[in-house]
This record gives sequence, C-alpha cells and structure tokens, in this order.
Amino acid sequence: MMEAAMKSGREAVRKKKIGPGPELAALYKKELTDHIRSKRFLIILALIAVTAVGSLYGALSGMQEAVSSSETEIEFVFLRLFTTSGDGIPSFVSFISLLGPLVGLTLGFDAINGERSRGTLNLLIAQPIHRDAVINGKFLAGLTVIAGMVCALGLLISGIGLIATGVPPTGEELLRLAVFLLVTIVYIAFWLGLSILFSALCRHTATSAMAVIALWLLFAIFLSMLADIIANALFPVTETSRASALIDNYTCSQAINHISPAYLYSEAVSAVMDPSVRAMGLVMQSQLSGAVVGPLDLDQSLLLVWQNLTGLIALTMLSFVASYVCFMRQEVRAG
Amino acid sequence: MRETIIRTAGLTKRYGENKAVDGLELEIEKGEVFGLLGPNGAGKTTTILMLMGLSEPSAGKAEIGGYDCTREAIAVKRIVGYLPDNVGFYGEMTGRENLRFVGELNALTKEETDKRIEALLARVGMTDAADQRAGTYSRGMRQRLGIAAVLMKDPQVVILDEPTLGIDPEGVHELIGLIRELAEQDGRTVLVSSHQLYQVQQICDRVGIFVKGRLVAAGTVEELGKRLEAREWTLELGAQPDGAGLKKLLGELDGVKRLERKGDGWTVCSERDIRRALLDALAHGGYDLMYLRPCGGDLDEIYRRYFAQEEAV
Repeated sequence: MMEAAMKSGREAVRKKKIGPGPELAALYKKELTDHIRSKRFLIILALIAVTAVGSLYGALSGMQEAVSSSETEIEFVFLRLFTTSGDGIPSFVSFISLLGPLVGLTLGFDAINGERSRGTLNLLIAQPIHRDAVINGKFLAGLTVIAGMVCALGLLISGIGLIATGVPPTGEELLRLAVFLLVTIVYIAFWLGLSILFSALCRHTATSAMAVIALWLLFAIFLSMLADIIANALFPVTETSRASALIDNYTCSQAINHISPAYLYSEAVSAVMDPSVRAMGLVMQSQLSGAVVGPLDLDQSLLLVWQNLTGLIALTMLSFVASYVCFMRQEVRAG
Repeated sequence: MRETIIRTAGLTKRYGENKAVDGLELEIEKGEVFGLLGPNGAGKTTTILMLMGLSEPSAGKAEIGGYDCTREAIAVKRIVGYLPDNVGFYGEMTGRENLRFVGELNALTKEETDKRIEALLARVGMTDAADQRAGTYSRGMRQRLGIAAVLMKDPQVVILDEPTLGIDPEGVHELIGLIRELAEQDGRTVLVSSHQLYQVQQICDRVGIFVKGRLVAAGTVEELGKRLEAREWTLELGAQPDGAGLKKLLGELDGVKRLERKGDGWTVCSERDIRRALLDALAHGGYDLMYLRPCGGDLDEIYRRYFAQEEAV
C-alpha cells in the first residue's frame, strides 16, 4: 500500500507542468512588497521626485526666457519640458540619466548576498521551488518597480507641464515620450541586472554596493574624460593638424564613450526627445549641403540611434543573464 | 517490517583535494530519529546539502523516499523539511507572514496555509509572538519558528542541522521534546545533526559518528557503547583518604590497564568488569568510597574514543 501511495505521489509530482508556477508569483509578490516598504527605496524615490519637479521648474523658466528673447515660436513645447535646462538646473533627461542608475542599484545591490547573510536564502532553497525562481522573481519585481516609477515621473511632469504651459501634446510627441520612458526603463534595468550580478559575486552587501557605485561613477562621469585623454594620447591634435587627424581623434574618443551604457542612453534619448537632431557624431560640411532643414519623424529619429537602442537592450539582457548564470552555478554554501 | 527511507551509496563530495564526505553508506528507516554526530567540519552539513539536492555529489548517490536527491531535487524537497543551521527569517515581516510566505512557496491553498499556521504556532509555542516582527525574535524563537516553517509542508522526513546550537538549556529541553514528538506522534523520520552529544543521546534511536567525512560507526547508543566495552571498561571513582596508598591499591588490582587522575578522583581502565574486586579491596583497605560510576556507555565517551581512534590511524 505504501508503494502505491508513493507511486501516486510521484505521478502527481510529474504531472505538475514545468515553468513558472505559484512559487514565482509568491516570490515576486514578496519582493515587490519589500521594495515598496523599504525605506531606502522611498528615500531614492523622494530624491528623484524632487529633482524631477526642480528640473521642470528650470525647464519652464528656461522656455520663458527663450520665448521672451526671440520672436520665433518654440516647437515641440511638450518635449521641451523634459529636455530644457534653465536657471542652472539641468533638464529632466540629464537628471534621469545620472540618477536613474542609482534606482537600479538601490533595488539590486543586496539581492542575493543580503538573503545569504540573513539566512533567508537557506529558507528559500529548502522549499520545493526551482532555484531560478528566486532570481527571476527579484529581477521581475525590480523591473516592475522601475517601470512604475519611470512612468509615474513621466506622467507627473506631463501633468504639471500641461497645466503650466497650456499647450497640449501632439500624438507624435506622446509617442516620443513613450519611447523615452521605455528606453529609460531598459537603461535602469541594466543597472538592476548589474547590481544583482555583484550581489551574487560579493559576499558582503557593502562590497557589492561599493563595486556598483564605482562602476556607476566610472560610466556616468569619468569615462568621457578618460576617452578624451586616451584619444589625445593616441591621436594628438594640434592647431596645424589635418582634418584626418581630427577625425581619428574624434572617432577614437567616440568609440571609447560608446562602451558606456550611460553614453549610449543619453545619445539615444537626445535623438528621441529632440526631433531637430538630424545626425550623430561628426558631420562634414559637404554632407550638409542640400539637406532639408526640418524636424525628423519618430521612425527616422529611431533609425538614427538604432544601434544605441539595440546596444542598451543587449547590455541589459547580458547583465541579467550573467547574474542568472552566476547565481545558478554558485554553491549554496559559498563561504 | 521496517522500511528504508533515506539511503546513500558511496556518497562522496570533494572540494579540490579535500574530501568533505568520503564514500558515505547510510540507511535510515522510516519513523526513526537518527543522529548525525561529529565535530565541526566533519562533513555533516555537506551530507545534508547533498541529501537536499542543494549540493552535487562528486560520486555516489543518495535517495529519499525513492527519489534521487540530485536529479529529482524538487520532488525530494516536497517530502523533506530542512531546517538549516543558521536559518533566518524576513525581519520586516511578522512570524505569521513568514510562515504564510513559506506556505505560498509550497503552493498550499490559502485556507490550508492559515489552518496549518495556527496549528503549528500553537505547537511550537509561538502563538503569542506570531504577530511580532521576526527581526525582534531571539535565537530560540527563530529556531522554533524554523521548525514551524519546516512542518508547513507536512514533510515525511525532517532534517535538522544543529538545531540546538546557541539555545539556552530551557529552550533546548523544549526543542528536544518537540523533535521527539515529530517521530513518535507524527511518525516522521528525523535526521538530526549535532556536535552536542548529550542532547542527541536523549532523542535518537540510532546515531552515526562522523569523523573527517567518514562514518566511523553507526548504531544505537547502547550498541556503540557495548562495542567499545568489549575492548575496555572504564570506571570513575573517588575514595577517602585519597593519596599514594589509594593509587597503589588501584594500580595493583588484577586486570587494571591504566590509571589516570581525574578531578578529585580517578579513572580506572580495565580489561573486564572489576567493580566487585575493587569494592572488596577498598573495604579491606579501610577506604570510604565517595562515588563509583561506570563510564563508556554514554555518548560523550563513545564519541571521544572513536574520535581518538580515528586520529591515531
């Protein structure tokens, strides 16, 4: 009889379909609650919200100045809410490209090693769940929080901006905004994946936090300086240099800059949010002759930064896959 | 008829050159409490991790309830509850919420989860503290909540890794009662690992002694004791007046192999039971016996000797 019971139990187990089960939902739900309740997330959210409102104020006063100083009408008022800087306050877009990564880092830097040091990872993996459900749940919950936050900020600025300017957005502008928000989510998700990777690699949460913050500073601030230094060393430019030397220098520094996801992101966003951006990188006088001056359509703008977008998506996937593989291959008792 | 539920064959785990577990052959029967004993680093936890499918064996295999522990880890984890040695809970959540989360991970229905939570909280005596945040719990409370978490899935087999570590004597007493109950009332099979021998001795049907990754002996506590006694008897005694005379008298007794000072008395090793002869000799010599106790039967002694033997090899 025991045998029979055992067998039927086994059948029941086998019949369960493979794939995300209730365990992923449970983990996802828990992670989401954790994030929303956690103080550090609330702090970073408050920081971002304050900068968003600040940047909006800057944008409005910047636009006012532009309107009063020149007779020409400002085009794409709605998009300019996000991209204009003024009164010494950077635009929302540049704020997000600097602070966005911080959100990803906050959500992920202690994802794995925090569980490990609290002893809750042991609790989780003793349950009949697939191991990857743990990391999938974490990434998905982080992604949800990021998406929610980015969209809420977008709507916040649109809302206040609409009231302040009274100029309704066109369909084109709304589409561009949607693309911008989507790219921002992908960009922040890259930092989430990266910080989860470090949380799996480092034993202490402090170490992983420092490591990802170092990378963030490198990509967001120092890499562009480094790129110039290296380019100048390899392809020195003087006043008497020929155009080809200038081009070499510029190409080199561009190539180095393009390693940085922060650079990829801000380049992509500058094209998406500003239809008057018609080219990226170096443009020769000869290429400009005969060009029709005018704003680009959205699909043309996208085409302009297509490699940036695919690069960002690829980097995001790569960062998640790396953390996934790292976590799955780890011994339970690492240390 | 007894039925084997946990079986390992040649189970080995290598970390580089080191063998953490070396060719483990173990059979544990349904419904028994088995104690896995050994000093720290003897390979107890590694063995348990391999049984739970959390660590891949370098060689050999392990089975629980007919499932292969490595390849059918999820099925194994459905019937086995495991309490790790340093179990933690989510400090921001209450004890009850933590248990509910475990219930969700085990895909229990909501009603079933709530029913089990109430019953288990009462059973481990945590009903009053259930709505406190788990971050405020003492180690003893965490451990009791851990046992409740293990029982959420109603497991056939319960594996407890060092359950009594860092718990005060009162707490240990309760915990031990609870563990014994799991086997006697619920009919679950229990595997307990520990280096605290005395506690394990009280609750285990059988024990296995683990030294440097190898199982050097397995059996009931009495069996292990007898096996050693066959080779040597040990008595501890104290008598007055204690001095050179007593030492000489003890040393000259027939069959005594060794004599050691121990505290305020003596440890006498002999090749057979010399208690009768010893008492006679003491009485004749005019000594007052303060205490006399045979040792070697308790786990401490067994363990110490097995360990010493292994070291010598």
